[in-house]
Amino acid sequence: MDPLTLSRIQFGLTVSFHFIYPPLSIGLGILLVLMGIQYIRTRDAKWRRLSFFWVKIYGLIFAMGVATGIVQEFAFGTNWPIYSRFVGNVFGSLLAAEGIFAFFLEGGFLGLMLFGGNRLGPRLWLLATFLVALGAHFSAFWIVMANSWMQTPAGYVLQETQFGLQAFMTDFASVVFTPSFIPRILHTFVASWMTGSALVLSVGAWFLLRKRHEELGKSMIRLALPVFVVFSIFQVIFFGARQAENVTIHQPVKLAAMEGIWNDVACAPMTVVGWLDVANQKTYGIQIPCLLSFLAHGDFNATVQGLNSFPREMWPPLQITFQSYHAMVNLGLVFIGIGLLATFFYFWGQRLWTNRLVLSLLVLSVFLAVASSIIGWWVAEFGRQPWIVWGLLRTEEAGSPVLQTHQVLLSNIMFVLVYAILFVLFIYLLNEKIQKGPEPLEEMEERPVQTLPDTFREIFRRRARA
Amino acid sequence: MWLNVVWFILFVFIIAGYLIMDGFDLGVGILHPFVARNDEERRVSLNSIGPVWDGNEVWLVLGGGALFAAFPIVYAALFSGLYLAMMLVLLVLILRTVAIEFRSKRSSPRWRTFWDWVFFGSSLGIALLLGIAFGNILEGLPIDADGFVHARLNDLLTPYALLVGVTTVFMLATHGAIYLSMKASGELLARVKRWVLRLMLIFFVLNTLVVGMTAYLREAVSTRYWSHPWLAILPATALLAATLAWVMVRREHDFIAFLLSSIMIASLLASAAVGLYPNLLISSLDPRYNLTIFNAASQPNTLTVMLVMAFIGMPFVLLYTIGVYYVFRGRVKLEPGGY
Ligand code: HDD
Ligand code: HEM
Ligand code: HEM
Repeated sequence: MDPLTLSRIQFGLTVSFHFIYPPLSIGLGILLVLMGIQYIRTRDAKWRRLSFFWVKIYGLIFAMGVATGIVQEFAFGTNWPIYSRFVGNVFGSLLAAEGIFAFFLEGGFLGLMLFGGNRLGPRLWLLATFLVALGAHFSAFWIVMANSWMQTPAGYVLQETQFGLQAFMTDFASVVFTPSFIPRILHTFVASWMTGSALVLSVGAWFLLRKRHEELGKSMIRLALPVFVVFSIFQVIFFGARQAENVTIHQPVKLAAMEGIWNDVACAPMTVVGWLDVANQKTYGIQIPCLLSFLAHGDFNATVQGLNSFPREMWPPLQITFQSYHAMVNLGLVFIGIGLLATFFYFWGQRLWTNRLVLSLLVLSVFLAVASSIIGWWVAEFGRQPWIVWGLLRTEEAGSPVLQTHQVLLSNIMFVLVYAILFVLFIYLLNEKIQKGPEPLEEMEERPVQTLPDTFREIFRRRARA
Repeated sequence: MWLNVVWFILFVFIIAGYLIMDGFDLGVGILHPFVARNDEERRVSLNSIGPVWDGNEVWLVLGGGALFAAFPIVYAALFSGLYLAMMLVLLVLILRTVAIEFRSKRSSPRWRTFWDWVFFGSSLGIALLLGIAFGNILEGLPIDADGFVHARLNDLLTPYALLVGVTTVFMLATHGAIYLSMKASGELLARVKRWVLRLMLIFFVLNTLVVGMTAYLREAVSTRYWSHPWLAILPATALLAATLAWVMVRREHDFIAFLLSSIMIASLLASAAVGLYPNLLISSLDPRYNLTIFNAASQPNTLTVMLVMAFIGMPFVLLYTIGVYYVFRGRVKLEPGGY
């Protein structure tokens, strides 16, 4: 295989592996903030126990996110130097902004969040947790902005330079708010909140299934279930639909591949599950008539452009784009199903706590949620091919002229090995933490070292005493 | 034009930030198998950096981002040209990040010892590889007319680069030892104190060698110093700071010694940087192929936008840093919930 193909495999693998962790930490961050608020509101010690428990898990997830994220930061230079030169002016500045505005916030306060439980009062600890969660959101914000620029570039001019063609920034506001940015970042945030709440749900359900820490398990489910249900529903009917609409407008050939539409048709059907017969240009499967036209254009009779309206060399890989898209959408529907089922059993005389089937589905939900987040990126990224920057630079032109096959091969083997080992250890440690469950509070608070005032009132009281 | 100079300075500032901030926790990582004798002392060492190392590492991530944005041609040339070396750097960075987190999650002694050694090896590896990279940058890389580097891994392992690598290891180990003197107590502290002076001495000898070899062999750098003798103020500052640090360590003013050590690191880096200026990467094939802060930079538009972002962001960064270090000030006491 040539270095380019190997580089693509490397990027796809490493970034997909990275993306296991950010949705978990973005979403879990929000739930930790909710737990902190609950503690301050009710002063019920169970919330504090839960915070200590989840903060540890957060630390583990975060470490994995950082370890794999650093790889991504340098991957553009190591494997895609022509791309880096081409986009450096625009894309580079968004990546740098992520460092200044997001990672310092996260990395700085992470220490306070992980170690501050005993040192800070509950309010300050909550503040630290909130800032970490905010940092995680910022980092998604900037990186998705950078990615959106690659999908729908704006606010630039192209110029030939000594070092090849380069995109120069003309208008920062247009670079920031490219047409696809707002729908994508909202969709990504919502996906992450779903994933984080699914994690809490899943552990809570596990405790109930195992008849351990049952009260805590119930509290976790009571906290996370509403978040999960509400966002699952909004994801499908609103945020996901906005994404599809946006792709229709800005990347019509991607939409045609996602839905397997070969020729321009009015009243285009939406496939629920199916298979593309690429050789004969046929799409088989269960279809709902006219729904796609409505979703894409808001009109059941609107015409949707088919693949054949575009030159073949502009087609993305069809089968994988199609299948990924349908996997994501169907999983989205599954989440609504799981969420509503659990809610129903909860209100039906609290039968949720003993219904093993529904509890097992809740345990499963976090795996599905992480999977659909990754698969969603596959839709976006495979669907963007053959372009690395939509309409401007082809992926095959963006690789490295100095890279040799054995070098990429070696590094690919390294990544596969190291990531496989890390993943096994991660799952092992996570499982161990979960099996052990929340530790009793006395153990966590043998010797509370209150060194800082927790509220403004306390600050002034200390002043007055001093 | 002045924007390019400003970004050159800012870039050096960020790398100095990395060497100072992550430098001390790398140093503690390198040092801890030698000074900490039992699990409790290990935990004290790790907890001295536990709450802050992640924030410190962000300086490196920011360095990558800033290089990409301000000097994309250099970002592309350097990282693709040193491909396998970069992959090694990534490997040790990954291992180090997970080692400290994984270690604390189980109490089995064998598990802990294993991750302690991973932490040691990866900390050492980062310092060594960074030093070797600096050495190669000072030495010059085979950059061609297209601005790409054609080098193999073993081309990078020149004696000069290796010397810079080892010197960097000792520099950061010293820095880490001084940091640990502020944080440790009891027997651990006594042992650290003994190591500080030893390490300083070794670093001093090695660094003198590096300076000598640079002056003698690295013409691009030495000619700049001959033509602008006043630049010698930077290496002189480094020497002064190192000497004062020695005095302060002996008088047990650890915090001042730490500040001086930081100043020394920054001024050593600055000495190298002004020696390269206006080049970022020197071509060993032909000086016309040098990548400079002018031909390798982004457009003024981008540089301005980034400058604005830096002005907005940096005060916050300093604020958090001070806040977090304030909360964790003082000597480490082991608490439940730590590493
Ligand atoms: C829990 C996760 C999750 C769920 C349930 C869904 N998505 Fe999604 N989707 C994502 C997680 C995600 C993502 C990981 O966040 C992506 C990748 C890129 C992006 O912006 O968001 C994404 C991308 C993505 C794209 C590609 C955007 C592009 O190419 O620029 C489309 C068209 C949709 N989504 C549409 C939907 C629809 C119609 C859904 C309704 C069921 C849906 N998604 C559910
Ligand atoms: C937001 C930041 C992201 C940027 C800037 C980005 C950029 C890129 C680049 C430069 C490539 C290489 C071109 C290629 O191989 O075709 C690529 C490919 C790919 N990316 Fe992304 N990506 C981002 C996020 C993600 C995420 C989060 C995932 C998955 C979880 C992902 C999945 C993939 C896959 C599967 C490919 C391979 C596609 C192919 O080779 O055909 N990307 N992306
Ligand atoms: C290919 C593009 C990407 C690059 C270059 C990248 C880079 C990084 C880096 C360097 C880190 C470690 C930061 C630290 O040291 O604290 C990191 C972590 C993180 N990244 Fe990525 N990333 C990419 C894709 C994404 C995407 C698409 C998202 C979100 C939508 C994301 C969200 C996060 C978050 C939230 C973290 C914090 C660590 C964690 O929570 O696990 N990243 N990333």
